[in-house]
Amino acid sequence: MLKVSIYRYNPETDKAPYMQDYELDTQGKDLMVLDVLELLKAQDPTLSFRRSCREGVCGSDGMNISGRNGLACTTPLSEAARKGKLVLRPLPGLPVIRDLVVDMEQFYEQYKKIEPYLQNDTPAPAIERLQSPEEREKLDGLYECILCACCSTACPSFWWNPDKFIGPAGLLQAYRFLADSRDEATDERLSKLDDPFSVFRCHGIQNCVNVCPKGLNPTRAIGHIRHMLLARAV
Amino acid sequence: MVTTITSFGRSGTFDWLYQRVTAVLLTIYTFFIVGFIFLSKDFGYESWSALFAHRWMRVFTLLALLSTVVHAWIGLWSVITDYITNLLMGAKATVLRLVIELLLAAVAVFYTAWGIEILWGL
Ligand code: SF4
Ligand code: SF4
Ligand code: FES
Repeated sequence: MLKVSIYRYNPETDKAPYMQDYELDTQGKDLMVLDVLELLKAQDPTLSFRRSCREGVCGSDGMNISGRNGLACTTPLSEAARKGKLVLRPLPGLPVIRDLVVDMEQFYEQYKKIEPYLQNDTPAPAIERLQSPEEREKLDGLYECILCACCSTACPSFWWNPDKFIGPAGLLQAYRFLADSRDEATDERLSKLDDPFSVFRCHGIQNCVNVCPKGLNPTRAIGHIRHMLLARAV
Repeated sequence: MVTTITSFGRSGTFDWLYQRVTAVLLTIYTFFIVGFIFLSKDFGYESWSALFAHRWMRVFTLLALLSTVVHAWIGLWSVITDYITNLLMGAKATVLRLVIELLLAAVAVFYTAWGIEILWGL
């Protein structure tokens, strides 16, 4: 029997959040955490969580799994359960809407700030804006982000200043456009990041790198941004 | 872009660079002083006051003192703005931050003035 302890909170009926214990017969299978949640939801339809693709593509089911942020759909029990026990909580630091569902507004606000779209005012050529294979390669490890928020909600700097620090996810995307040979707004982008909070609240503890389910490295991207800012300032 | 007026250089890049430059200077100064104490043959009042009789030593010490002030300001400012936020404690955080910042500024000015007084024996 697998023991599962889940963070429950329904603002309409509960005064405070609490942990609810469930039991599940996994029949010895190494299920994914999302499968466990689906089976428990069949037992208890009030249990709420987000999900969509169930294969690590959509980024909906980021949650805190036995103390570590990750995607429920790609985290197997063998990795997540300790001594036959699984503990599920919402992503830390964001307001809880209900159970495992958090309000991602602050996270998207920061994403919006970095203007996550290509900016180029030169008239487009007849066919397309070309990139050499080397230029394209610079975007590897950046474009794959699925905005699951596992990284930003594992980052203490983001917990303290979610309204001012862009956070690892946003900064990885900021660098994705700074590194794009087709983007012409590099200087404007850098000016907007030059304050003491947006980039420089990162203290390089690498919690973000540690949890990213896509194996991306926001800390490295932040280092590149810092160098670009420095090169421009001295 | 987040606007701040109490950070040291108002630009994150500037603060970041100064934090590093002052750290390097303080490391060199520390090694120099410790080295002087342990390597000079008869270390005592004579050699110590002879060392501080040099103008370069006084300037070097003043630089180390100013570096300490700058380094401490940048570091403590970021600690204050991490833990004393309006998000955590509401509007009173603004007052508390300002009070602590003024206190830190007073301490910084006090030590700088006192340091100059000692160094040049005013
Ligand atoms: S960088 Fe990784 S952890 Fe962060 S939002 Fe993107 S995919 Fe998720
Ligand atoms: S390395 Fe920077 S962005 Fe990543 S968790 Fe640490 S402080 Fe946050
Ligand atoms: S359900 Fe889409 S990433 Fe897990």
